[in-house]
Amino acid sequence: MLILKILYRNAFRNRLRTGLTILGITVAILAFGLLRTLVDAWYAGVEASSAIRLVTRNSISLAFPLPVAYGDKIRQIPGVKIVSWGNWFGGIYIEEKNFFPNFAVEPRSYLALYPEFVLPEDQRTAFYRDRKGFAAGRKIVEKFGWKLGDTVTLKGTIYPGEWEFVLRGIYRGKDDGVDETQFFFHWDYLNEAVKETVPPLADQVGFYLIGVRSADQAATVALAIDALFKNSLAETLTETERAFNLGFVAMTEAIVTAIQIVSLLVIVIIMAVVANTMAMTTRERIGEYAILKTLGFGRTQIASLIFGESLVITALGCLAGIALTYPAVAIVHHELANYFPVFRVERQTLCLDLAAALVVAAFAAIIPTRRAVRIRIAEGLRRMG
Amino acid sequence: MMPEKEPIVVVRNLHKSYRRGNYIIPVLENISFDIQDGEFLALMGPSGSGKSTLLNLIAGIDAADSGTIIVGGVDITRLNEAELAAWRAANVGFIFQFYNLIPVLTAFENVALPLHLTELSRAEQREHVEMTLRLVNLSHRMDHYPRELSGGEQQRVAIARAIVTDPAILVADEPTGDLDRVSAAEILDLMERLNRELGRTIIMVTHDPRAAQHARVLRHLDKGVLNDAHPQDPL
Repeated sequence: MLILKILYRNAFRNRLRTGLTILGITVAILAFGLLRTLVDAWYAGVEASSAIRLVTRNSISLAFPLPVAYGDKIRQIPGVKIVSWGNWFGGIYIEEKNFFPNFAVEPRSYLALYPEFVLPEDQRTAFYRDRKGFAAGRKIVEKFGWKLGDTVTLKGTIYPGEWEFVLRGIYRGKDDGVDETQFFFHWDYLNEAVKETVPPLADQVGFYLIGVRSADQAATVALAIDALFKNSLAETLTETERAFNLGFVAMTEAIVTAIQIVSLLVIVIIMAVVANTMAMTTRERIGEYAILKTLGFGRTQIASLIFGESLVITALGCLAGIALTYPAVAIVHHELANYFPVFRVERQTLCLDLAAALVVAAFAAIIPTRRAVRIRIAEGLRRMG
Repeated sequence: MMPEKEPIVVVRNLHKSYRRGNYIIPVLENISFDIQDGEFLALMGPSGSGKSTLLNLIAGIDAADSGTIIVGGVDITRLNEAELAAWRAANVGFIFQFYNLIPVLTAFENVALPLHLTELSRAEQREHVEMTLRLVNLSHRMDHYPRELSGGEQQRVAIARAIVTDPAILVADEPTGDLDRVSAAEILDLMERLNRELGRTIIMVTHDPRAAQHARVLRHLDKGVLNDAHPQDPL
């Protein structure tokens, strides 16, 4: 008890120095938490992937389409439960900065494949019935102030022209890991218009989404699909939704790696700062540690005083950093919602924050502890005098 | 004829030197002497004579180059660091020139510090501390921090801390060196009382002849050599 009292009071003996160190740790943990959240946001699509969903695309590249007729053949393969398809539309709402993902999809099968998009039944029916209808995630609906029945115009980039859609459904995510910024409309609406304006692009889909009966059938079904279209004009490449999404992340892997390195550097820097603080405090108190040794206190007790003090300072900074991470993440999310639909502090990030604080506290105390436990009592007492 | 009492401290053939760069400086050379139980010994000598070194060796906070030091039947030169720490906690009370109190602890907590290493219950510890603070007449200052106490009061807290575990010997290194004359007299009176009334063995290093007069035995150390004991009547 007395040891705890000493280490706690020692931690606040030099309030300015302790305060500044805690501030440094707070900022470091905040930065670390934000960067980790950014990395997590990058992988959010991967994390949200389902093991029973496959994505089939043209084996050359995603930019090359596949015939819509493949759908019926894929449906015949054993293990396939649902087949849906779609095209990346790439429309712009008013101006480019209002980015959100927008797709033309086959609505019934698409919503059947994504039960995590929760749509009220009446809105779902209204969306199915209206060929010009679209459904959108709660976040973009709130962001642009749309209401059910509103007409929204997108400027086509891949498919030129002004495209009008009517909002028929607003979906919510089943949990906060679901992207609530998607905009999807009837593939038929797109295809009919394309037939008139760009006939060669008609009856072509950008990708197939396939629901399999069980996760352990995914590999077999993927192989069967690709085998089915081998040596055709449009060969396919089928992979799990996770692998497909990871492919996108891999394109930006260098950025993700850079962010991860920076987040580690932040921790290393703060480690040096705390180590410096602990070295200074221990040097100042070396005489007091000598007194404690004189009175019979052992190495373990002296070490626990220094480690404890380091832990108190680091823990306070860490807790303050974690507390500030939430509002900071909310602000960043607000600013970057177009690019990171899911941007939240994961439990793993909190665990990493705490682990980083623990490592910093332990590392910072190692050298000062070594000095304090090794110093000869007589020498320590001379410094006190 | 009364049987002679066993000495509480037996020092034999003690050597100690310090290394300063490439030079080895001898501080104590072949010192041998005894201290009787209940004795109040004053060690005098000029600066650098080795008196503090001798005190540190007897108290187990420094290691001799050779020789033996037996305190209360234990040869402390054979103990390892952890054993020595436990031995000090149980057998030695320390009084320093600059009091050496822990600044973040109150007078009460400073005195309680050595009891932290004992198996006494919290209530027993409290009782010991209160009783000891009463003995040094500081009951009314127990919640004060060292910075809120005068030099004399701080030294009395240090004495209370030194005696709270009821150690076999008290070692005092220039206990009045940092005090004014009145406070110094109070401290010396207190130490004399501890020796006379409670039978504590005290080994005091001092270069102040007035302080030394309070001891029962006086020894001079000069250039590493200890002179014969001179019994004296304390003031």
